Amino acid sequence: MEFVLVQTLNGISYGLLLFMLSSGLTLVFSLMGVLNFAHASFYMLGAYFAYQVSVKIGFWPALVIAPLLVAAIGMLVERWGLRTVHKYGHVAELLFTFGLAYLIEEAVHLIWGRLAVEYRVPPELDGPLFHIMGSQYPIYRGFMMLVSVTMLVSIWLALTRTRIGLVIQAALTHPQTVEALGHNVPRVFMLVFGGGAALAGLAGVIGGNAFVTEPGMAAAVGPIIFVIVVVGGMGSLAGAFIASLLIGCVQTFAVSLDWAIGGISIAQAAPVLPYLLMVLLLIFRPKGLMGTREG
Amino acid sequence: MRYQPLNLGRWVLWSATALVLLAAPQIFSASFVLTLMTQMGTMIIFALSYNMLLGQGGMLSFGHAVYSGLGAYLSVHALNLVGHGAFPLPLPLLPLVGGLAGLAFGILFGYVTTRRAGTTFALISLGVGEMVFACSLMLPGFFGGEAGISTNRVVGQPFLGISFGPAIQVYYLVAFWCFVCMAAMFALTQTPLGRMANAVRDNPERAEFVGYNTQHVRFLQLALSAFFAGVSGALSCINFEIVSAENVSAIRSGGVLVATFIGGVPFFFGPIVGAVVYIFFVVALSGFTKAWLLYLGLFFLLMVLYAPGGIASIILMQIPVIRARRFGELLLPYALAAAAALVALAGLIGMVEMVYRLSEQGANTVLTVFGLSFDARATPPWIAFAAVLVAGLAALRHAARFVSARWDAIQQSLQSRAA
Repeated sequence: MEFVLVQTLNGISYGLLLFMLSSGLTLVFSLMGVLNFAHASFYMLGAYFAYQVSVKIGFWPALVIAPLLVAAIGMLVERWGLRTVHKYGHVAELLFTFGLAYLIEEAVHLIWGRLAVEYRVPPELDGPLFHIMGSQYPIYRGFMMLVSVTMLVSIWLALTRTRIGLVIQAALTHPQTVEALGHNVPRVFMLVFGGGAALAGLAGVIGGNAFVTEPGMAAAVGPIIFVIVVVGGMGSLAGAFIASLLIGCVQTFAVSLDWAIGGISIAQAAPVLPYLLMVLLLIFRPKGLMGTREG
Repeated sequence: MRYQPLNLGRWVLWSATALVLLAAPQIFSASFVLTLMTQMGTMIIFALSYNMLLGQGGMLSFGHAVYSGLGAYLSVHALNLVGHGAFPLPLPLLPLVGGLAGLAFGILFGYVTTRRAGTTFALISLGVGEMVFACSLMLPGFFGGEAGISTNRVVGQPFLGISFGPAIQVYYLVAFWCFVCMAAMFALTQTPLGRMANAVRDNPERAEFVGYNTQHVRFLQLALSAFFAGVSGALSCINFEIVSAENVSAIRSGGVLVATFIGGVPFFFGPIVGAVVYIFFVVALSGFTKAWLLYLGLFFLLMVLYAPGGIASIILMQIPVIRARRFGELLLPYALAAAAALVALAGLIGMVEMVYRLSEQGANTVLTVFGLSFDARATPPWIAFAAVLVAGLAALRHAARFVSARWDAIQQSLQSRAA
């Protein structure tokens, strides 16, 4: 019983982290039609920046500074890269972000080396939060959930309750009209791209020390968030939310179960499960969980 | 029967290609160059098969290594069976095993992936690629785990003195298959399927109105492309005598995408150029510097930004100018631009190598370039290289303006003459 409870909590905290990543990706995709292949690289940059800042100043400033730095990089990429290739179409944009992911990974290799860096959970968040029936739950997991939920609620409020949020929502569906009303739509794009990058960066700050900060982390988490976007339905935030929690829980449970089917234990099969889920879903429901577009 | 004029240019081009493939090892006989060319031949098939998706079918795939990799795995198992005498098959026909394996997996996975087009197809192909890669670590019996599966290509009795032990014999085997596959893939572009693939790429809605099932066209194209990818996988298995999980990894899939794009997606011969350049980058440059992936990534990004048609488009753009005998006017601006680019590149390389020396623990931080040696921990070399980089970029910007001014003038006069 306590196993189920602790694993569910772990799964939800991982799922929320995945949703911080996939929400930024989904927002950018539905706004600009660009699938940012380098999104997971922004996640990695967030973790490395946080490591660097926390070594110099401390973890709490890093929580703010690292996402802002990643947002700045994201905006530069949008302004000087994506906007240039936009005229060649969506495939060129996807290829551009693909090349960028290559470049960021190599730059991380060059600057921080090929091994994992020692990015640790700060001592004040290290320790058990509470005990349930003998097993303990770490504070940091609770902190991760707190940060993700706060961030997501504030994003939701910003999108639905503020003026700029309304402009962004309008630009999602009617960019020409919004432009005609005198709003600078390219700047809105830049802000949204930077915002998505900042979300990924924040996920990196809190995920980097919960898991491990190494040059392979982008390649490890990247395919998972793309699977989430496909499973949830391209461009659907609600679908991405459900898919994130689903895949977060599936992976957490699978790793800790030691049942075996046909000589292969579930824990061994864990890395395959998200992709299998995607393939099965595509066979039976090609538009994804909450998707609207069939094409 | 329909009258068709003999396409002389095409015959000349294909004969020349065959001649180059035949004569290359006679001209460059060093063993290093021979292995390089063998790898190039394999990569050419792989890149061409990839372009059947991206260039001809408009399908951006991030998981094409699945087909070449699984083809390689089945070939390595087949070759081991041949070695044990359990399966009589001459080595030159092994690529057929790889090709059929690729085709089978193309049919299996293609059924899922080709249900969607565009960005979603790209993501699903990535997911399928990751799935196969994850399986490769899960099923060590078939995939050989971390170490992979090794084999020995010298099986059975030598036939006419050919045992396929020496590298030169492997080269000719690869060259033969490379030529056959090139011709087959070119022929495919001329078939109704090849044409329909282009139509589905350009305007799927209209293709559906004409009465074609776009999903079906994509599926056929992918299955055939997977066949050729499998052939290239089998050839790489013969060449390296080892197949490991790296063969199905995202690194391979990304590599073939980069190679094809650099060469030029819109043209049939683009991927051939791209494969040659890519293998050169991977094999030759990786011997010099550990930062070669960074340079390759930068090169790829620059191509995406400024030459989306790849190297092939840059070459083809010059042909009308050369025909009009005006290429001489472009020589000076081109030379200036190349010089400026070299200066900028020198600055960049200096800085990248210094960063690398500083980050790697225990590396020698003293670099020696052109007899000059300096320490990466000191400030002056940083300032010097940054200055070189900035100066090079500024010069490049001016040179680019010069090039485009000359270019526009020539184009204008050519157009006014045509009109």
